[in-house]
Amino acid sequence: MADAVKEMKTKDEIMAAKIAAAKNGNYFQKYTVLRRHNLSVAWKKMKLNKNCYLFLAPYAIIFTMFFVFPVVASIYFSFTYYNILEPPRFIGLNNYMSLLLEDDIFLIGIKNTLIIAIITGPLGYIMSFLFAWLINELPRWVRSVAVVVFYAPSIAGNCYVIFSVFFRGDAYGYVNAFLMNTGLTDNPIFFFTDPRWMLPICMLVILWMSLGTGFLSFVAGLQGVDASQFEAGYMDGIKNRWQELWYITLPNMKPMLMFGAVMAITQAFGVCDVTMQLCGYPSTDYAARTIVTHLFDYGFSRFEMGYACAIATILFLMMILCNKAIQSLLRRVGT
Amino acid sequence: MSKKIKKVKEEKEQVYHKPMIRRRKPNRSIAGDVALFIFLAIVAVIMVFPIVYAVNAALKPLDELFMFPPRVFAKNPTLNNFADLFVTMGKSWVTFSRYLFNTVFITAAGTAGHLFVASMGAFVLAKYDFPGGQAFFKLVTVAMMFTGYVTQIPNYMIINKLGWVDTYWAIIIPAFASPMGLFLMKQFMEGLPTALIEAARIDGAGEWMVFSKIVMPNVKPAWMTLIIFSVQGLWNNRASTFIYSEERKTLVFALQQIQAGGIARTGQGAAVLVVVMIVPILIFVFSESQILETMASSGLKD
Repeated sequence: MADAVKEMKTKDEIMAAKIAAAKNGNYFQKYTVLRRHNLSVAWKKMKLNKNCYLFLAPYAIIFTMFFVFPVVASIYFSFTYYNILEPPRFIGLNNYMSLLLEDDIFLIGIKNTLIIAIITGPLGYIMSFLFAWLINELPRWVRSVAVVVFYAPSIAGNCYVIFSVFFRGDAYGYVNAFLMNTGLTDNPIFFFTDPRWMLPICMLVILWMSLGTGFLSFVAGLQGVDASQFEAGYMDGIKNRWQELWYITLPNMKPMLMFGAVMAITQAFGVCDVTMQLCGYPSTDYAARTIVTHLFDYGFSRFEMGYACAIATILFLMMILCNKAIQSLLRRVGT
Repeated sequence: MSKKIKKVKEEKEQVYHKPMIRRRKPNRSIAGDVALFIFLAIVAVIMVFPIVYAVNAALKPLDELFMFPPRVFAKNPTLNNFADLFVTMGKSWVTFSRYLFNTVFITAAGTAGHLFVASMGAFVLAKYDFPGGQAFFKLVTVAMMFTGYVTQIPNYMIINKLGWVDTYWAIIIPAFASPMGLFLMKQFMEGLPTALIEAARIDGAGEWMVFSKIVMPNVKPAWMTLIIFSVQGLWNNRASTFIYSEERKTLVFALQQIQAGGIARTGQGAAVLVVVMIVPILIFVFSESQILETMASSGLKD
């Protein structure tokens, strides 16, 4: 290994001489010399680290097969008409045109997804941070119990179906019974079949489950903030916990905040399980339809794969753009 | 005067006694602390109520399940509902134990493979500088930014081409490459001192030895984290798009069918629900400190 490094160094010197020689030449010559030099260094490094590729290979192959390639394939198929039986036929932008101009149900889906994402995304994110921050002040053993309590709903998986018991549409549902006994309503509310109530109830359930991976990351990150910074803060006259939060805690937490944002966005745009299980699939008047539900409908019920891929591509673009936007926003925290 | 001296003395002595309660931070108001604590307690009760209710519903005997007004806590807890799962569904075409086996198998195989494959990848990404490594890691972080639903349809076609439709592999193999696991493992491994690896290398250990004997034992906290995230995903996997045969379907699917069975199956539905949710929660309870240790390095730097 040491030999190789030495060799690389001598080669560096040779290259430096070459570059100096090329100084008299034009820009293009310089560029090619530099490129060739970089390539040869990269090649050397690759040969040196052969084993690295062997180690990475299993993951890389599966990852490419099930994460990278599908995204590319999905973009490709979105420009075709494809129903599995016949070979895909190129139809240009037709899928997107009919999605955005003709498919009213898709527009309902987009509307619902955006409403859910805009409300539950930021709210869940802020809740995650707020509770992580409050929990952090508790004594040690209370804190570990609290983390379990707050995190449990999001790992409990299908536990949210219990909400269908609470919000049952007849007079035996607890919420309905409560509302009727207190005289707030005369008739039971059909929470999961009345379009007016579906989304709010779903959002409530999603918020209940929103303290997920990001929350854990925040809890862990807060414990890692250097205590001496807080002490310096007292000296410099930070009066209350809110100032401390803005000037010391948040800037220290930036990487975790980024990570939490990624998690929150991914969750907020991918809503479908909750709406499908609570409101049914398809739901009354499509009032609980989201983009992902629409994708399932076309992909796995109607087998219009090209159309479904167009939906997937739109969802993909929405998520990536939203992530980029939020990240550039978060860079300004605490400055 | 003497009082002052005494006070100073006391303060000096205090340094040598470990305080029973951690000293309060100087810039906190007591009223604020109390208010926030009460707020936290209320929210905690709201968060935990549905879970407590679900567990109790599974423990209720039949007469209590339909009691009016309903109670949250079971009066005479029984395990009959769990026994019913095996007795009543033991006679059906696909027994409950089969659904349970399917889910356990998928979860165990998927998690073990994920841990192995992702750790190997994370090890070289964290500790070696090789062309393409950083770019690949960037790609993995981008993959964390969209949900798995985006890739569902091409995934289906690929799995179809491979002939894995209606087998366990359709669920297990894609789970190996979950981007989150690699990301967390890599971030955690970066905290491992490079000197440790170099020392092993000088002692004549090859890459594989370094990985299996030095690195893996030292990142045990990250193991638990990968396991919990992988289990969480696989245990709750409905797998309805890839698996058609009844005898290969998973627990969550059984749960939905039992719940669709209506009033008569209420007790059993509650019992399955508990089985479905208790496993990830228990794993988390027993590995919380290790998971938090890993998550401390989870930040996304740009």
